[in-house]
Order: sequence, then C-alpha cells, then structure tokens
Amino acid sequence: MGLFEKLKTGLARTRELTVGKLSNFFSGRKIDEDLLEELEEALLEADVGVDSVDQLIETVRERVKLDKSVSSTQIGEILRTELSTMMIGPDSLGANRLAKKPWVIILVGVNGSGKTTTAGKLAYKFAKEGKKTAIAAADTFRAAAIEQVEVWAKRSGARIIKQATGADPASVTFDAYQSVLAHEEDVLIVDTAGRLQDKHNLMQELSKITNVLKRFDPDLPNEVLLILDAITGQNGLSQAHGFTKAAGVTGLVVTKLDGSAKGGVIIPILRELKLPIEFIGIGESVNDIYPFEAKAYADALLTN
Amino acid sequence: MFDNLTGRLETFVRNLRGQGKLSETNVKDTLREVRRILLEADVSLKAAKAFVRDVQEKSLGHEVLKSVTPGQQMVKIIHDELVSFLGGASEPIRFGKSPSPILVVGLNGAGKTTTSAKLAAHLRKRGRKPLLVAADTFRPAAIDQLETLGRQIDIPVFSGDRKNALKTVADSRDYARELSLDCLIIDSAGRMAVNDELMNQLQEMQDAIKPPETLLVVDGMTGQDAVRSANAFLERIELTGLVMTKLDGDSRGGAALSIRWVTGKPIKFIGVGEKTNDFEQFHPDRMAGRILGLGDVVSFVEKAQEAVDIESAQKMADKLAKQQFTFDDFREQLHQLKNMGPLESVLGMIPGMKSIKGLQVDENQFVVVESIIDSMTPAEREVPKIINGSRRRRIAQGCGRSVQDVNRLLNQFEQMQKMIKRFGKKGPKFPGGFPGMPGF
Repeated sequence: MGLFEKLKTGLARTRELTVGKLSNFFSGRKIDEDLLEELEEALLEADVGVDSVDQLIETVRERVKLDKSVSSTQIGEILRTELSTMMIGPDSLGANRLAKKPWVIILVGVNGSGKTTTAGKLAYKFAKEGKKTAIAAADTFRAAAIEQVEVWAKRSGARIIKQATGADPASVTFDAYQSVLAHEEDVLIVDTAGRLQDKHNLMQELSKITNVLKRFDPDLPNEVLLILDAITGQNGLSQAHGFTKAAGVTGLVVTKLDGSAKGGVIIPILRELKLPIEFIGIGESVNDIYPFEAKAYADALLTN
Repeated sequence: MFDNLTGRLETFVRNLRGQGKLSETNVKDTLREVRRILLEADVSLKAAKAFVRDVQEKSLGHEVLKSVTPGQQMVKIIHDELVSFLGGASEPIRFGKSPSPILVVGLNGAGKTTTSAKLAAHLRKRGRKPLLVAADTFRPAAIDQLETLGRQIDIPVFSGDRKNALKTVADSRDYARELSLDCLIIDSAGRMAVNDELMNQLQEMQDAIKPPETLLVVDGMTGQDAVRSANAFLERIELTGLVMTKLDGDSRGGAALSIRWVTGKPIKFIGVGEKTNDFEQFHPDRMAGRILGLGDVVSFVEKAQEAVDIESAQKMADKLAKQQFTFDDFREQLHQLKNMGPLESVLGMIPGMKSIKGLQVDENQFVVVESIIDSMTPAEREVPKIINGSRRRRIAQGCGRSVQDVNRLLNQFEQMQKMIKRFGKKGPKFPGGFPGMPGF
C-alpha cells in the first residue's frame, strides 16, 4: 500500500460526516449558502480551526462571486489548492538529514503524544538505512519511561543510553552526546519527558537540554521535533508556540493518524509558524513512520 | 491566542452590559461570538450548535428583554446553560460486591495509567482499600509503570503473568480477597477507537467481571474527535463515567462539554497535574468559567490557601491592621506569591486581569527586589526610614544593583505603606492579605 493509500484509509475510517465525505455532495449540486455551510462544518469538524476555516470559505465564496460558472466539483479543487497553499513552509529536511555526524534529534511534546514510540520508530528507520543509532532516555521523570525506551531500543536495534530515574535530563543528554562521539555513532535521538507548554519550569528544563549541547557545537541540536497527537484540538497551536519558544522546534511529527482524528490543527500551526512536518505516524508497528506530503494530506482530507 | 479569546469575550460582555435593551440582532451577534468561542475551546460543532440554539431560545424570552440589565442576564444564561450541559452536580464512584471492579479505558496516551494510580490514592483517602490491576499487556513497560506508581503511593499492584490481560483481571479478584482489599482498579491497554481486536478484548473483560463502574479517560486537549472516539467506545462497551486529564495546561477543555453532551455520562474526575494528588472531583461551574475564559476565582482562592499558611497570614493581617509592615514582611509575601505557581497563570485566574493592557508580569523583577532586600541590615528592614544616601549606596553595592533600583524600591515601598494605611482601616481584602504592590 502506498503512502497516500495508507493515509487515506487512515483518515477515512470514521463513519461520521467528515471532510472525506465532501466529494459526495460536491458533484451536481448548486452552489449556495447551504453548501458553503456544510463545507464550513466539515472543515471545523476536522479541527482546522475557526480562523483558517473562515479564510478557506471566504476564498471559495470570492471565487464563486467572480466566476459564476464555477461548478461544485471545481470547489473541491479550489479548496485543495488553498489548503496546500496554507501549508506551504520551509521544506522538510528529507535527504539532508544526517548531513553531520553525529546528528542529534531531540523529541519534545506534551504528555502522551507519542514521543517514545516515535523515538523507537525513528531509530528503526535509521538502523534500516544502515546508520548506527543511539537513544538517550532523558525522560527521567515518568515512572517506567526508561523501561519503555529500552523495549523500543531492542525492537529497533539502537543502543540505549540511560541513567537512573530522577537524574537531570540535561546531564543525561550531555553524557549521551559524549558517549555517541566515543562510539562514533551516526544518530542520537533524545527522548524527553512529556510536559505541558505552560509549565514554565519544565519548559526551562528543555532549554537547558538544548543549551548543554550547544557547549559542544553551537549548531546543536540538529533537529528539535515537536510530537503532536492527531487528536489534539486547537490547543495544538499553543503547544507549537510554547515549545518553539522554549526549545526552538525545527519541525513537527504528527502521530496517531490511524485513529479517527484528522489532525486538522496542523493547518493553523503551519500558517502561523511555518514549520515543516518531518514525519507522520500511522500505525503501531515499528516501521509505521512516513514522510509528510502536504498535497497528499490535503487530498486525503478532501477525498473519500 | 487564548488571551485574545478571553479579551474578546470580556469585550462582548462589557458591551452587553452597556446595552440598555437587548434586541434580536445583538442577541444574534453575541451568539455568533459564543459559537466561535466554543469552537475555539474545542467544543464539538454539534454540541456548540445545540448550545447556541438553547441559549437563543432562553435569551429571547421575556425575562431578558424586559430586564434592566439584559447584558448581565445574558451572560448568566450562557454560564448556567454551560453548567447544565456539563451535567449539574458531581457524581460519586459506584461500588458493587467486594472486591468491586473499576475498569479504566481510553485511547493511547490519554493518561489511563496515571489516572488509575491517582484514583487509587483518592479512594484510599476515603477509606477504601484498592488493588491496582495491570491489564495493559500491550504497551511496552506499561506494567512497570503501574508497579512503580503503586510503590510510590504504597498501593499493591497485581500484574498476573504479564501476558494475558483477561486472565490477569480474572485472577485479580482472588488476590484482592487474600489481601482483604475491597476494590480493583483495572488499567487496560490504550487503543485507537478503530482497533477491533483490542475493543473485543475490552468487551470480553467487561462480560467477565461486570464492573459497576467503567471510566473513559479523555485527554483534556482533544479536539473534535472527542465525540467520535467516545461514541466508538459507547458502541462496544458500557460506560458509566468520564475522567478528563491534563487540565492543568492552558487548554480550555471544551471536549468535556461535548462528550458529556453526546454520551450523557457524568464527568466524575479531572486530572490537574503530574503528582498523584493532582486529581479532583469534577465541578461543572468551574469548568464553565474555564471554557468561557472568565477566570476561575474559586481555584485562585484555593491555590492561595494552599500556598499561604493560615497562621502567618493572620499575623500579617494583624500587622497590616496596626500598620507595621516591614521589608521582612514584604519579602515573605513575595515568597508566598511565588509558591502559588507561575505568576502569569495565577493572575490569569482573576477575571478581567488579562484584559488590563500592558500588564506585564516580569518574574525577574521579584529576583531584583529580593536581592535588594537581602542586602539590607535587619535594622534597615525593620525601619526603612533610616536608609539614607550612604546606606543606599552600600545596599546597591551589596546586591550588585544600581542606586536607582534601590531608590525605586524604597519609593514603591513607601507608596505601599500609604496604601496599607488606607487598607488598615477596613482590613485587607485579598486572600492571605497581600497588599497592592505598585510597580508590578
């Protein structure tokens, strides 16, 4: 199954009215306020957010006003283009990842967003590409977080670098970097503890983790990925702002896109913060991590 | 974004208050704004529409239009309607024959394991003897996590053979009886609402133990999907109540309203932090204030009560009454204020506070002030009047600040004392008695 297919099945699994169903009432319908309202509601139900939805609907309305011959089927096209435009930002790293050795990736996010699972999936991906990978268990707070990383490290064939529960995460990171240098490994993935973005002290702890790496090299960390659960509503925007401010997020990973949520909040996030989406997680097995394609996502959001 | 939200609502509330009469048009405009606020708070679209319809019917009734203060009336209607949507009074946990099972279910990452441990500690405080049952055999190290949490709060954990969840749950009853424990809190595996296999397992579990209580744990930051996933659980298993987690963040928690509205199941608890006792009974009226962004005075007072010890507050109040407020007292009050948490979030609980333009809280200012006070001699702190020019220079040098900084603080302190004199006649109004602090 191709990525698009997978995304589409993932996104279409819900039985309720969603954007996916739009295509059904696009064809052959008169363009009137009722249709626009249905469109608006479908987008709102995908968590796209009031402001972005207003803008999308406004664009459609303008186009129809200017050109009376626009058919209802074309509306799908207009929306798709507009959605993709909203998501335009810097390119994801793609092939430029791992340009330096060792390449350091820090994973940050709120509790339960899927950081550890993502660490495991990423490690597996790099290992498959023949890269020597280590994971630093810098979530020293949550009970059994280190054990969870250990299981994922085993599954992915990565080396785990850990200290005891309660250790200072910045010091775990510091030691991990030195150890990775000594082992001449290619990638270091730092799995941090989940935290809510308005907890000032915990956010400062993140800054400390990035600062400690800058002592080795001001360009470090090479990547800071914000892990965002697809189920997240409009709070996702506040998460993106908060983590970017404290830890200098360089990109997003959207997880759990195999559930019934569409993750539409990424649209306002991309509009405001212009961050690339580096990966998406669809599924629970170790290789269920994929690159993100804005066009495929807009398509999957709009087709059934 | 959230500040704007609060600001907007406050503006419209103010505008409404100013209206002499409420017409059908301005009711309509207001309702559009309410709908928007609800959607931005992640209330589901259907619930938001139903809500707005209800409010519209009520506000166009005679009461409001004839009322002298239609604006306030309308705000009250919105607030009351929210409370009723959220389910009125809070409901207790139901128990059956001992050991009575409580099944904890939810999506991945909602916070089931943490909630299980918090619930166990909560029930023990109320005289129950709980056993935690580790039935999440799917997520790596989930059982270890529950065992660690159990050790931390000193509550027994049963993990069976760590492989077969159904068997673990079945065996946990005998284990509880042996230890004469009277309730089982079963931490099940997280699942995507669409995962049939795990849903079947949950169904079998429920058939086997017939729990009088099955709690669905919902992440407080969930968006529109809240309704879909809650329905997916409802289709397959019986739910008796909800727990909303991660409500200590800045999420408005609109999912609470939608899920309650769609499922008709009561919200029983909310999780408000990472510590085991950050777990509260649900209060619909507080949640209503939160969704509307109207501030939460009750929580503010409670936080103040936690941070300030009553005795020293009383002493402070006496001092204020006698107008003997010194720099030592000032320093102590700064400490107490800091104990209440990040200043920004504390101030955010006070209605109207966020709409004050240019109110910048700089916590670093506290550090500056404290360092200056620390650099004073005890005598200077007691009687600030003796601080003359050379003492000012010495204080500034001692703390590494400029003489201007010291002067500013002394001026502020003098103003404060003046204010206290006025206060003193009536007694302080603030919880814990901290006086108005000019300059912050």
